[in-house]
Amino acid sequence: MTSSTADTIRLRVSRYRPETDSAPHFDEYDVPLRKEWTVLDGLNHVKNEVDTTLSFRWSCRMGICGSCGMTVDGEPKLTCGTFLSDYAPGPVTVEPLANFPVARDLVVDITDFLQKLPRVSPWIIRPDEHRNVEPEVEYLQTPGQLDVYRQFSMCINCMLCYSACPVYGLDPEFIGPAAIALAERYDLDSRDHGTSQRIDVLGAHDGVWACTFVGECTKVCPKHVDPASAIQRYKLKTALHTVKAFLLPRGAR
Amino acid sequence: MSPSGGTPTDLRPYRPRISTWWWTRKRSYIVFVLRELSSVFIAWFVVFLVLLVYAIGQSEAAYRTFLDWASSPWVIALNVLSLVFVLLHTVTWFALTPQAMEVRIDDWKVPGFHILAGQYTGLVVVSLFVLWLVTL
Amino acid sequence: MTRRRITPLVWLMFSGGGVVAAVFLPILILVFGLAAPLGWIDPSYAHLRAVVGNPVTFVVLLGLFVLMLVHSAHRFRYTLYDGLQIKRRRTVAVLCYGAAVVGSVAAVLVLVSAL
Repeated sequence: MTSSTADTIRLRVSRYRPETDSAPHFDEYDVPLRKEWTVLDGLNHVKNEVDTTLSFRWSCRMGICGSCGMTVDGEPKLTCGTFLSDYAPGPVTVEPLANFPVARDLVVDITDFLQKLPRVSPWIIRPDEHRNVEPEVEYLQTPGQLDVYRQFSMCINCMLCYSACPVYGLDPEFIGPAAIALAERYDLDSRDHGTSQRIDVLGAHDGVWACTFVGECTKVCPKHVDPASAIQRYKLKTALHTVKAFLLPRGAR
Repeated sequence: MSPSGGTPTDLRPYRPRISTWWWTRKRSYIVFVLRELSSVFIAWFVVFLVLLVYAIGQSEAAYRTFLDWASSPWVIALNVLSLVFVLLHTVTWFALTPQAMEVRIDDWKVPGFHILAGQYTGLVVVSLFVLWLVTL
Repeated sequence: MTRRRITPLVWLMFSGGGVVAAVFLPILILVFGLAAPLGWIDPSYAHLRAVVGNPVTFVVLLGLFVLMLVHSAHRFRYTLYDGLQIKRRRTVAVLCYGAAVVGSVAAVLVLVSAL
């Protein structure tokens, strides 16, 4: 049985109402199969024309805000960049982002990530706490210095990596790929002096050491941040830091 | 619904349990688990090597007895399986190393391919050395 | 020594063990697991005895064995966490690293006996 005529495609969408449901179920909608339409366009079509009760997050619709992450046919995707035509003839299964509690329909509770991110101090840390900054003077940085951390600065906090990470799914205390990648981004920034502060957070048991280098986070990242690389490099950095702490007297550390 | 509206978490969020078979859902998860299971075969072969060294240290007769035991079908099968898993370990370990470390000489980042080639070269050199050492 | 200090050092040993396993085990399995038992090659016993009796071999083999045992224990420990979702984490850790310690002690004794 085909699930669509040539110009429509069926979306199987996960629905969950916390007031009345004990578990999610699927509703099906046939949406137009337009060449340039994404899954997000399909969902908006449903909400506008078919079923206004469908709840989901989205914003920029161009892959930069990180709001529209969902599970499409089992894979974490930004729905604004996932084209319906790639899934023809369908059906396309759309579920909320895995590994997060489902608040309603396709909306997940992202509080956990929002609490973890500040723990890695994702901002420039200066020993003088920026007190000696002159108004007309910038912190200078060469293109070479920028290149060292640029890749890790591309993170849009979309949490697809958390969704793909089996360790995070099994152990929600794990601080997670994006948080570690952002810690590395600031550690590598020549303007920053906060490495020792961040190592304390990331060297805890729910920090980098929970990671077993599955590598799925890197595979699903829409901005090619390569968080897995950041994590392994952070493990080595922490390990060498620990070795130095053993070998050098307190004063020299 | 609470009168003040409340955050989504006030309203009984749905938290599915992760199945024990979570890793069978995606090919990359299956390869990951197989890669991790190579640890069992690595441990097995270390035990095998320790037994071999013991036999060699005892006498020639003990060594020959050991080889006889090692040639029995189930040991051969286990070692063939071990070789397969160890090769999986080698291939995945080499492939992941460039991702796990950034090597920079001055400002030049060493391309992953160089690191990969270096590791396989090391594998060949060590293998030839062991072969030479044993069959001298 | 706090857990914070030990974890990175165990990880370093895990990494070292991974490298040596990747580089040494394929040929070792081929030679001693398959070729010698099946008669494809016939290393002279006297020669093997001499190699094993050499103090350099002792150091090298001890290093290889210990690193690979720690590597296996570390990896298997996390396989049990992620695969079987075992909750008694401390018990698993003690059993895994304990086995590595037992294996290492056995390796030392055997290697010494063969010197």
